[in-house]
Amino acid sequence: MNTVNLSINGHAVTVPATASVAAAIATTPAACFRRSVNGQPRAALCGMGVCFECRVRIDGNPHVRACMTPVGEGMQVHTDD
Amino acid sequence: MSRYDLIVAGAGIVGASCANEASIAGLRVAIVEPGPVGGGATACSMGHLVAMDDDPAELALARYSLRRWEAFAHLAEAEFSRCGTLWVARNDGEVAGIAARVARLNAAGGEAHAVDARTLYELEPALAAGLAGGMLVPAEAVVYPPRVAQHLVRCAQQRGARLHAGRSVRRLGRASVTLDDGSLLTGPVLLATGCALPRLLPQLPLRPRKGHLLITERYPGLLRHQVLELGYADSAHGDAASSVAFNVQPRPTGQLLVGSSREFDVEDPAVSPAMLQRMLRHAFRFMPALRQLQGLRAWTGLRPATPDGRPYLGAVPGHPDLWVAAGHEGLGVTTALGSARLLIDLLLGHAPAIDPAPYSPARVLA
Repeated sequence: MNTVNLSINGHAVTVPATASVAAAIATTPAACFRRSVNGQPRAALCGMGVCFECRVRIDGNPHVRACMTPVGEGMQVHTDD
Repeated sequence: MSRYDLIVAGAGIVGASCANEASIAGLRVAIVEPGPVGGGATACSMGHLVAMDDDPAELALARYSLRRWEAFAHLAEAEFSRCGTLWVARNDGEVAGIAARVARLNAAGGEAHAVDARTLYELEPALAAGLAGGMLVPAEAVVYPPRVAQHLVRCAQQRGARLHAGRSVRRLGRASVTLDDGSLLTGPVLLATGCALPRLLPQLPLRPRKGHLLITERYPGLLRHQVLELGYADSAHGDAASSVAFNVQPRPTGQLLVGSSREFDVEDPAVSPAMLQRMLRHAFRFMPALRQLQGLRAWTGLRPATPDGRPYLGAVPGHPDLWVAAGHEGLGVTTALGSARLLIDLLLGHAPAIDPAPYSPARVLA
């Protein structure tokens, strides 16, 4: 199986090359994907790009939907910004 | 029949402020509002508390009002955020005008100072390269206007004011109004109806000046001050059929509110893609980082504009017991509290704290 190495909140993670960033985050003990304006934790819900609850920072770009983004080698992901 | 000491038509930020002041003075107040409280131009606005210095009368009213806003600095409903105002200069010509503006603002009791280009970029690193300098007014702030209007109406209600929600004024009588449900309220009448003024009082010229705003996703820390171009007043106070000006505000949530546009004689409230594009392209020139952000929503609002840009505050000549507080154009949130106090002082026969003559409706009826 082809795998990809990426970083989630500074932790090295290895996942199948076909995984989404949301799936990669789900394999880690990340507290949550993001926080609501009132500070409540949010996580991937619909898994198909509609609910926007899985937004994370990827390679410095904020508000990227993790469920719609395939993992990439060396990708830097930050949750709960 | 219901008798009041004051019937306030309109519960935007201006009407709500007037109703609150009247109730503090012990008057029996009725408020008539067909839509949601604070749901008209108030809800469409940026909520920037700012003094503009190019008209002495407008500056006096803004400074008077800004002092009164300080009482709301810790009110949760106001969402008061003292971000300050940073005016940016594109070139040496605009820098040369800063000293006079600083002097005018400081003479009126504001606190403004010039900043050089290096300081400008320390304050706001996301601004475009090549700007020449600016002017900082640190104590200015932003609020969330519709919630303030709701708070003020609630305060008035707690002192006995009666809110006629969902009702509009069908007809003005002599010290009375007939509502759209046929009920009659009697007492002195104050029109604080913003752009709806001409329907009731066509002799006071007022026309809508449409504006666009866009709000982004949350990007905390990207911008700290409300930032405007120094040429903003040319757009705000010019009489071009349409104009845009750079004006971006950081909301306390980290969202950015991006403006601004001005269009006379456009009745259609729909967002105009062409005007939105023109406004955003102009903003991108001052802050290229805006291009990368996600916009969540764009909307429009209608500013109530008088021919000279000053509001109508005072008695309406030839109409006993008829008063007006309307026509604040783009500064209605800033000047609402001062306008209300000035109006109620006039109503009660007290001497206002600032000269009311520049705002008298009589000026357009001569």
